[in-house]
Amino acid sequence: MTSLKTLLRTAAAGLVFSIAAVALPAQADEQYFPLQSYRVGPYAAGGTGFFGGFIDYMNLINTRDGGVNGVKLTWDECETQYEVERGVECYERQKSRANAAAWNPLSVGIAYAMIDRIATDKVPLITVNHGRTDSTDGRVFPYVFPLLLNPYSETSGIVNYLASKEGSLENLKGKKIVVLYHGSPYGKETIPIYELLAQKYGFTVQQIEVPHPGNEQQSQWLTIRRAKPDYVVLRGWGVMNPVALKTAQKVGFPATKIVGNVWSNSEEDVIPAGDAAIGYTAITTQASGADYPIVKEIVASIYDKGLGNLEDKKRIGSVYHNLGIVNGILNVEAIRIAQEKFGKRTLTGDEVRWGFEHLKLDEAKVAALGAKDLFHSINVSWDNHEGEGYVTFQQWDGKKWNVVSDWIAPDWKLLRPIIEKSSEAYAKEKNIKIRTSAEAENVLN
Amino acid sequence: MAAITADRADGPDALAWVAPVAILIVAFTIVPLLGSNYLIEAIMLPFLALSLAGVGLNLLTGYAGQVSLGSAAFMAVGAFAAFNFNFRIDGLPLIVSVMLAGGVAAAVGIVFGLPSLRLKGFYLAVSTLAAQFFVQWALTKFGWFSNYNPSGVIDAPALSIAGIVFEGSVGRYYFALIIVTALTFFAWRVATSQTGRNFIAVRDNETAAKFIGVPVLKTKLLAFALSSFIIGVAGVLWAFAYLRTVEPAGFNLDRSFQILFIIIIGGLATIRGAFFGAALIVVFPVVLSRIGSFLLGDMFDSGVLDMSERIVLGALIIAFLILEPDGLAALGRRLWSRIRTKVGSPSEA
Repeated sequence: MTSLKTLLRTAAAGLVFSIAAVALPAQADEQYFPLQSYRVGPYAAGGTGFFGGFIDYMNLINTRDGGVNGVKLTWDECETQYEVERGVECYERQKSRANAAAWNPLSVGIAYAMIDRIATDKVPLITVNHGRTDSTDGRVFPYVFPLLLNPYSETSGIVNYLASKEGSLENLKGKKIVVLYHGSPYGKETIPIYELLAQKYGFTVQQIEVPHPGNEQQSQWLTIRRAKPDYVVLRGWGVMNPVALKTAQKVGFPATKIVGNVWSNSEEDVIPAGDAAIGYTAITTQASGADYPIVKEIVASIYDKGLGNLEDKKRIGSVYHNLGIVNGILNVEAIRIAQEKFGKRTLTGDEVRWGFEHLKLDEAKVAALGAKDLFHSINVSWDNHEGEGYVTFQQWDGKKWNVVSDWIAPDWKLLRPIIEKSSEAYAKEKNIKIRTSAEAENVLN
Repeated sequence: MAAITADRADGPDALAWVAPVAILIVAFTIVPLLGSNYLIEAIMLPFLALSLAGVGLNLLTGYAGQVSLGSAAFMAVGAFAAFNFNFRIDGLPLIVSVMLAGGVAAAVGIVFGLPSLRLKGFYLAVSTLAAQFFVQWALTKFGWFSNYNPSGVIDAPALSIAGIVFEGSVGRYYFALIIVTALTFFAWRVATSQTGRNFIAVRDNETAAKFIGVPVLKTKLLAFALSSFIIGVAGVLWAFAYLRTVEPAGFNLDRSFQILFIIIIGGLATIRGAFFGAALIVVFPVVLSRIGSFLLGDMFDSGVLDMSERIVLGALIIAFLILEPDGLAALGRRLWSRIRTKVGSPSEA
């Protein structure tokens, strides 16, 4: 037993040592971002790009403006490898540090495991472009924000885009759409919503599963060739995306008729497919490219001074990097908005939550932030935590993504009752009292 | 951390009880009183769940000699079964759901244990892989298991036993600790009973076991059933007490390997080995990563740091195994017996 005691003692000593290390006395006027990042493992491409962009933007705010109204932004990273239990460990580790503003895990699994925890700790959880669809309903999920785009809105956005290609929603009648989805909870999430939209607009939909990880798709694409659809929607993930494009080429299905979803839209998805990806189109909430003023500014004042976070400078302005920058803008502006109300100081998690619930950036404001056409706008309210994000579509020309559509609005009105039904069921199951707008204005400090 | 000295209760050795009782007292009083939230949430809860899974696998692999790579699948069966029992049958006490879930896992274990009647060693290990892939596929494929949740991820219910609600991190810790203590005691009873001796007989020499009258087929299936039962309950703890969400992807092949490593590093055919192994697998990477990020956090990004931690951990495991192939339990026993020379060196159960 001695060895066990020694082991425990060593472990305890190690813990005390390391807890002491993170629990340094909080400095005045800082706002801390705990980053549960992933830079190794199968999803490192997304992790390095996104967290790289986020950190670059926070760096810019600190060096250019001296923080948000003088409040310095601080952060540290805890590696999750996209694994849920590592994410939970990181959460428990990082939350011991004071002044946390918001959590941004960029992982559906980790976000799910945090929902109960952040409701107790009262710090916002941001799941930009992903997350639990019904957390859009701020009446039931006060601290969860699937900003810009939830999976249902993505589906609606894609259908609206196809309608615009056909001329109008009426012209979708009689068309045939195949959805090729990743065989995982993520991939299956939109099955009911495609069925619903097919019924509403009169097109037929056939949904075909690709088992994880998706590096063999011959039979699925032969089925698609037989079905002769007008469009294929690719709802992929990781290696499944380039394989889908290559297999489509092999069976002779044109890439121009394939539309990718928001996790099939990056450079990392198309470059490995080579020629097969030319003409492929995908949805996005933030355009790619380094020509936007804010990206240029990051290059000039961060990368040119050797402070940039991306190791490979060619990835500046890539889809994931720009998503990180947009995410940085949304987090920083939420703090700025909350500071207007509560004072230009370090805010509590609940005050930042209030900031997110008043995060309204119209096109003029987005342009003032140097992000015109990088993303459209956002309009978050206490009960709508998605914030009416617009989507656009980019086509791959073999070298870069080119925007090929206007900013398109998903059909939020149609989706809202479905979301409310789901969130109300969750509230009932978990005995959560549905929040009112007055309660949302009630802020803890 | 609970009943540690499974293999030492052969004699009326009063001292043998001191250590486990002391550890239990510490676990039940001092840890929740003095432990930080972080210690309980991020260390103790996964440690308890994985220890219990290790105890379960040790019955099958350590005692009965049947190699299995399907542990995570049985954990998943337990977690999803408990969710469904709890959700679909109104008024069923949670503890009954948990036990029924263990029963479902045991039934699935028996089915996937059938090949063991014909297959041995590596071949059996490969056939248990079928459980791993089949279960994960079925749980993703059929929405019923997750009550048609669009993401296939389900939430844990509130924990209660006999009307007492276990809330907060300390509450969930007690919930896990009580179940782990009870089942570890049960596993220890099995291991030291005639059943346990039958397991060992089958492991050491199947033909000889048959000749002295051990019902080999029944024994093997019983080993699969008991082991899967315990692993299934461990899955419930993992999902309900620790993560508080259940998703099929969390119970992948990596988890199965992790549990196998726990018993190999901790010590095969010992109960306490599972706890040692789980402690090493859970605590060590965390301590390493915290020390690493404290000392070198400013110089490297978290990815580089994480990679080097893995190298250190791998090297340490290799070193452990070369220096002490019988695992941490044997190491502990040697140190212990050196201190208690008057009692003499104890025999393996």
